[in-house]
Amino acid sequence: MDANELLAWARGPGFDIALIIFVAGMLLRLLEVISLGKKPDLSAPRGSGVEGGLRTLLARSLPRKAVFDREPLRIINGYVLHLGFFIVLFMYGPHIALFQSILGFGWPALPSGVIDAVGAITILSLVAALVFRLNNKVMRFLSTGGDYVAWAVTLLPVLTGYLAYNHLLLPYTTMLAVHLLSVELLMVVAPFSKLTHMFSFAMARWHQGYKAGQRGVES
Amino acid sequence: MSAPSVEKGIQFIKAQIDAPIASFFSACVHCGLCAEACLFFTETGDPKYTPINKVEPMRRIWEREFTLFGRLKSAVGLAKPVDEDTFAEWETLVYDGCSLCGRCSLVCPVGNDISDMIRKIREGFAAAGHAPEGLIGASTRAVEIGSPMGVKLPAVMAQIKHLRDNTGLDVPVDAKGAEYLVLLSSMEIMNFPEYLEAIARIMHQAGKTWTIASNAFEATNSGIQIGVSDIARQLVLRVVEAAEGLGVKTVISPECGHAFTAIRWDGANLIGRPYKFEVKHILEVLDEFVGQGLIRTEGMEEARLTYHDPCQIARKGGVVKQPRNLLNRIASNFVEMQDTGEMNWCCGGGGGVSANERADELKLTAFNRKKAQLQALGVDTLVTACANCRLTLEEGLEENEMDIPVVGLTEMLAEYLVEDDKEKA
Amino acid sequence: MDDLTLSERLRQRGVSRRGFMKFCAATASMMALPPLMIPKIAAALEKARRPSVIWLSFQECTGCTESLTRSHAPTIEGLIFDHISLDYHHTLQAAAGDGAEHAREAAMKENWGKYILVVDGSIPLGEGGNYSAIAGISNLHMLKEVAEGAAAIVSVGTCAAFGGLPMAKPNPTGAVAVSDIIKDKPIVNVPGCPPIPTVITGVLAHFLTFGRLPELDHLHRPKVFFGQSIHDRCYRRPFYERGQFAETFDDEGARKGWCLFKLGCKGPTTYNACATAKWNQGTSWPVEAGHGCIGCSEPRFWDAGGFYQALSVPHTKVGETVLTAGAAGLAIGAAAAVLNRKRKAGAVENRETITVKDLSKES
Repeated sequence: MDANELLAWARGPGFDIALIIFVAGMLLRLLEVISLGKKPDLSAPRGSGVEGGLRTLLARSLPRKAVFDREPLRIINGYVLHLGFFIVLFMYGPHIALFQSILGFGWPALPSGVIDAVGAITILSLVAALVFRLNNKVMRFLSTGGDYVAWAVTLLPVLTGYLAYNHLLLPYTTMLAVHLLSVELLMVVAPFSKLTHMFSFAMARWHQGYKAGQRGVES
Repeated sequence: MSAPSVEKGIQFIKAQIDAPIASFFSACVHCGLCAEACLFFTETGDPKYTPINKVEPMRRIWEREFTLFGRLKSAVGLAKPVDEDTFAEWETLVYDGCSLCGRCSLVCPVGNDISDMIRKIREGFAAAGHAPEGLIGASTRAVEIGSPMGVKLPAVMAQIKHLRDNTGLDVPVDAKGAEYLVLLSSMEIMNFPEYLEAIARIMHQAGKTWTIASNAFEATNSGIQIGVSDIARQLVLRVVEAAEGLGVKTVISPECGHAFTAIRWDGANLIGRPYKFEVKHILEVLDEFVGQGLIRTEGMEEARLTYHDPCQIARKGGVVKQPRNLLNRIASNFVEMQDTGEMNWCCGGGGGVSANERADELKLTAFNRKKAQLQALGVDTLVTACANCRLTLEEGLEENEMDIPVVGLTEMLAEYLVEDDKEKA
Repeated sequence: MDDLTLSERLRQRGVSRRGFMKFCAATASMMALPPLMIPKIAAALEKARRPSVIWLSFQECTGCTESLTRSHAPTIEGLIFDHISLDYHHTLQAAAGDGAEHAREAAMKENWGKYILVVDGSIPLGEGGNYSAIAGISNLHMLKEVAEGAAAIVSVGTCAAFGGLPMAKPNPTGAVAVSDIIKDKPIVNVPGCPPIPTVITGVLAHFLTFGRLPELDHLHRPKVFFGQSIHDRCYRRPFYERGQFAETFDDEGARKGWCLFKLGCKGPTTYNACATAKWNQGTSWPVEAGHGCIGCSEPRFWDAGGFYQALSVPHTKVGETVLTAGAAGLAIGAAAAVLNRKRKAGAVENRETITVKDLSKES
């Protein structure tokens, strides 16, 4: 199989397979969670659950000083990693073309040079995340094989994208194919790893926030 | 009734797993930030006290029972087991190493309510026969005698008589149609009788009708701490039946953290229906009285003092502004600790830890956090609003040879009530 | 084949020394050789004798020949009359029928082991190779026969080089590339649909000059022409770098000459010299004309998704896939949900009431 065939497979059947596993897997995970149900809170509410849920959904994206002061680097790195990933994923012209083909609408792209730089920063940030995971005793203690798998499948698309863009290591067509395959790997792994947090974080924040909102407490 | 067993424990944990818990487990990324919020980790440095690790047995059960991937893993023998050893190993993390303070829940970036999960996993540990002796004893006394500390009605009546003889203040008992039903914690009956006197004086000045109930004077709820809903329900029902029998409008939860959680938030869910009365914390009531001009104070405490937020009242109860309003009225030198209000640090004795003798040493280690906070502030007095915090704080201060008196906010307020009324009474 | 050298022939035709050197310089520049090489080229060409070239056309559209005839440096006329002896070519030769075939056989016999075989078009293997035949001889048979005595083979066009359009799915004739059949001869691929004319003549000129094939890449393409992607040499590249893309063929971006990536340009994965050599005597090339590269010189370009679909967009029906996946997910999820509810309900129902008597293991 040559590079063009590999690319054609990655842009065709490969993407289809990955997309099916990703969408069906995530729906499965979602239904597995929702089906467990939640009893209504019968205590007299002090505030609005919906308001609290929405507030926590947004506000939890901000760091809390009490913990930020203890672990500023890890928390900052968390932001860099996530923002970097989002910028590269959503603001690169060719990526926007992909979303446009699915959603039917697009948005302006950032200059490729900016994406290139952000990609490099994201890669460094991911490496830093691994260093933290290996060196922080709590993280090392909590880490399972799944954490390292999730790390690797997150790094690969960013790394191969960067290598492809900069014509490094492999011929461009091959690297582009590898890049797409790594994205497909991410899509296949995501529903069965902690990467489900890309969706479940919203449910988790909502539930905590809803309860807090009803009770009129901070969250 | 079958004997406690692993199977029973697992089944109880399974029964506790709902959509929120499943979403929490699905969202955890093992970032470890919850550990940084937990005083059992920060003070011991032992990663096993990382909050999310405390519910690992529950995660295993969730994964195995409620996810396809987990079922596959378990089918091929890759799933980690939950057995007798697991329960034995995690018992000390679930009970001794967690005061259910809820600080971890507030810092979790994905929004996991870890504290709530620990509360719920205790259901399984209790069913599996892995609850600490101290909590079993307290629960047994609460159910069989009526109070976890073994306080019976005659002791309360004796205190009422003593109060009447010394101050002339009356404490109504079983007064039908009173506006407020006042609950007490057994610690207040045993160790801090000033509370009842303060209530009597405040109610008198406010001109409110109130009562205590002879069959439900106890506010604490060991069932909540040990994690047995059946026992918690039984204890809550006493209060609900008494309150509805007497036809009171509002039940006042005393200066006790978990009692407020039990009666204010968990009670209705335990008995499966809303109450026919309101529940308020004493600090909420006092703030209302002050706001409505029903009680007036004079004079100011001049000592440099700070306020320790009881977790269940501030972070989990939403009573944060009220104690500050009250303190600013009666104290001229009130200063805040660094992490305060919603982000306060626990005293180390909540969530049943103080009733669990096995955890005494750990509790004192955890107290180092509060010690550091107090030393940084250099205060003369420590005010709080939870009898359990108060005991834990006093114990910790004594152990560390720190001479800082700990007072309850209600009794402190009562001291600054306008003198005329005092005399009139 | 006469025995005159190239320089003798040129002098016969009245070409000056100066004109000859000009031609050598053009050849060097086209092949990206340093100016130092010009005297060497001249020396080589002066001594070169005209090699015999046999051109076989199989499953093709004559586009490659059309392209070849528009070569401008060296011109095809120049090439044919001055440098090579094109002894057999369907379209260009005057002879027809048996006469044409005899010319081929004669050329093969005379120059056995020395002639250059140029092929355009793919070779059908289906139905015993009977989909295409010339003078009653199947393409497969004729290729094998002529290749046997060739010094080298030049596969001109994507069909001969990689199978091209005839090989596109579902490949009804079982078309293959020359290199799929001939394994024991040096083959140089000059893909493109059609290839750039100067690239075809350039490869021949190289062989003529140096007596060997130019340096090739992993797909047997001359590196000098196929070493860089269209994207890398594209004059619209700065717009790509700035994230400025034309969204439609008539929007402002298109008018301003912005990058055509989103309109399906395959420049990033296409290796060819269009961006530098250009077409029609250096007049223009597809991207300059406002249309994205369709990647015609790459293997299987016909099956690599829509020409107007961006490279980063899957060429399958994503919407349908999402719906299928959604339906599958809902079905599996519903089954899992029913199972979960049953399990949860079971655990809740079978939960025994716990009293304080049930807490200690000892009791």
